[in-house]
Amino acid sequence: MKAKHQRLTLVLLAVVALVGAGLLAAYALQDQASYFYTPSDIADKKPQAGTAIRLGGMVEKGSIQRSADGVTVQFIVQDAKAQQKVTYTGITPDLFVEGSGVVADGRLDANGLFVAETLLAKHDENYIPRELEGIDMTSGKNKTETLVQ
Amino acid sequence: MIAETGLIALWLAAALALLQFALGAIGLRAQRDEYFSAIRPVAVAQGLFVSLSFLLLIWLFLRSDMSVRLVVMNSASVKPLLYKFAGTWGNHEGSMLLWVTVMGLAGAFIALFERSLQTRTLVATLAAQAFISLGFYAFLLVSSNPFERMFPVPADGQGLNPLLQDPGLAFHPPTLYFGYVGLSVAFSFAVGAMITRDVGASFAKAMRPWVLGAWIFLTLGITAGSYWAYYELGWGGWWFWDPVENASLMPWLAATALLHSVTVLATRDSLRAWTLMLAVVAFSMSMIGTFLVRSGILTSVHAFAVDPERGSFILALLAIYIGGAMALFALRVGTVKEGKRFELVSREGALVANNLLLSVILALVFIGTLYPLLVEAVTGDKLSVGPPYFNLATGPLALILVSVMAAGPLLRWRRDNPKALLNRISIPILLTAAALFALALFTTGMSILSLLGLGLAAGVAVASFAPLWKRNLRRTPLHTYGMVIAHFGIAVALTGMACESSFTEEKLVAAMPGDEIAVNQWKLKFEAIEPMAGPNWTALEGRMTAQYGDGAIHEITPQNRMFAAAQTQTSEAALLTRWNGQLYVVLGDGDSEGRWQVRVWWKPFVPLIWFGGILVALGGFLAMIGRLRRGYKQRKQREYAEAML
Repeated sequence: MKAKHQRLTLVLLAVVALVGAGLLAAYALQDQASYFYTPSDIADKKPQAGTAIRLGGMVEKGSIQRSADGVTVQFIVQDAKAQQKVTYTGITPDLFVEGSGVVADGRLDANGLFVAETLLAKHDENYIPRELEGIDMTSGKNKTETLVQ
Repeated sequence: MIAETGLIALWLAAALALLQFALGAIGLRAQRDEYFSAIRPVAVAQGLFVSLSFLLLIWLFLRSDMSVRLVVMNSASVKPLLYKFAGTWGNHEGSMLLWVTVMGLAGAFIALFERSLQTRTLVATLAAQAFISLGFYAFLLVSSNPFERMFPVPADGQGLNPLLQDPGLAFHPPTLYFGYVGLSVAFSFAVGAMITRDVGASFAKAMRPWVLGAWIFLTLGITAGSYWAYYELGWGGWWFWDPVENASLMPWLAATALLHSVTVLATRDSLRAWTLMLAVVAFSMSMIGTFLVRSGILTSVHAFAVDPERGSFILALLAIYIGGAMALFALRVGTVKEGKRFELVSREGALVANNLLLSVILALVFIGTLYPLLVEAVTGDKLSVGPPYFNLATGPLALILVSVMAAGPLLRWRRDNPKALLNRISIPILLTAAALFALALFTTGMSILSLLGLGLAAGVAVASFAPLWKRNLRRTPLHTYGMVIAHFGIAVALTGMACESSFTEEKLVAAMPGDEIAVNQWKLKFEAIEPMAGPNWTALEGRMTAQYGDGAIHEITPQNRMFAAAQTQTSEAALLTRWNGQLYVVLGDGDSEGRWQVRVWWKPFVPLIWFGGILVALGGFLAMIGRLRRGYKQRKQREYAEAML
């Protein structure tokens, strides 16, 4: 192989690899682009049961219920327009409290209940999950005031 | 006066950096030697002054000087001494000062000890280094002065984020910063070489220790960060594909590619333009990482400094440095001479494959990390890209990469015979097949990815030692051992990852003191709950004992900590490490019936993930010592030969 040809081959390989990466990313993102949902999003267009999604919103005041087994909690995540019932089996994060923002990884079951596998609550008083910034959580209230203590 | 002295030292260091840049730029243009001889002492002085400034900041933190705003915001007088010390860089201003200090010291080190580069390239490198530092000096002095005073002086400070109050995390940021800064030096070398058109083996040999050093620190930093997240967050996971984790992974991927291509350039004088490109990309990635973490453009469980205005400043620096370097690259790449040629089936060929795969993985992580930001900027929609994307996109490629890694070291430079290669690699392939067969036969419910991962790990573990086969072990160079150990470390880490994801057993119960919990062969007895007090926290501690089968009884004490200053709770998981895995216990909330939530994981072989990471770094370290020693010997021999003439 001549020097010039070899250089060209390598450049072509690199281009093919990177274009391939772009296509692969586009393909994988297609599935995952709707990964983040608010309760309104779920109300508008319900994702398929069993698909991994991330739900974000505000824990409705008075909605946290502990089950008899001591390790399962049920609560309602809401935004300005809709509500979503969530169940979580596990140790809730330290700052998981009613009226505060929460992001949950999990999936909807056949009955439309969101089964959370991980809960991300605020980690310290400054932390807001990025997806929740600027989302109107509770109608009528100043959203920054309710989100940032 | 200490704060003012620190600020003056910082201004002086900035002025010296400006002088250093000017001397280099004018000297290169005018071709005047007197400028060249002046640049070394200036670089050393800059390093000294910026170090002085940083030491004074540490001093302010150690004596809890509450008239300094930064100390007030990030420290408290009752804090343990270690965290006062580490608190210096556990914040935005301090970490930026640490960054520029390490850069200044690196410049001083190059000025003092670099002997193998052409003078002109060295001068251009030091000028480029000073130019990068200038941006950071401007950033510190204009928008984030670490020495700012505060009036009136408050009685006490606000403390450090409790999540940062951990010995592992105290030294984690500097480790990553050493890595980032090492890449900035590699970048400066590349810019220097592009300016003087001196791209060749000697340039690669000068650049290699810096790439290697940066890569070792990044490897250690990522390993430590992953372990920190694993035990501190209490979720039992070791990698979350969090944007902040990705911000450190991306430079590592680029540095890994660069490390391999710079070796090709140093050994075989091939891949010249590609190596330059990678040096630019690697530094860009460390800047983008800093930008992502420090700008407040995203919040994540790890992101601590949030400030959009500073984000714009870093973005501007990013645009200048990367844009400038890309432009220089575009202008000069045509004049970079062709390197030596090689056949596709050769060591070089395998390393090109390694580089392409790493680049593709890097591109996929990059797209996944920045896509949500892009979508939000364009359409205003919020979305997040999560583990399902990253695992799907990068997992298979990572496994292909690992197979290339097994075969690469067995190939000869320049050209090789495919049949002979197949012969050499037949044992690892057979072993992989056997492992896959055994796993498929005896285990159930393993995911395809984990199955392939474990099978490949077995093959790679053997293949990584193949370069030592039939060699005189005492005369084998140290850097070959380094490669063997680093590659073996990857196999070890891969084993840990596959075992963790496939064989973890967990139990979650509400238990009362007196209850027993069984997981795998473990019996956990919950004895009592007791209150505890630490230096600046109080806690509830679960007293438990754990027993494996009929074996010895171990104490295990998970805690729930309350930090009064920050009004934050953290749960401290308790870990019991055995040779075959780790028992991981988390204590949750109590309820009105006197029950406590207890989560227990038995994670077989999970420590191998981090042990593998340490082996990888150790391999890098051995390679570094080996290379430096060889370079030193060769220089001595040359000097001796010249003296004899």
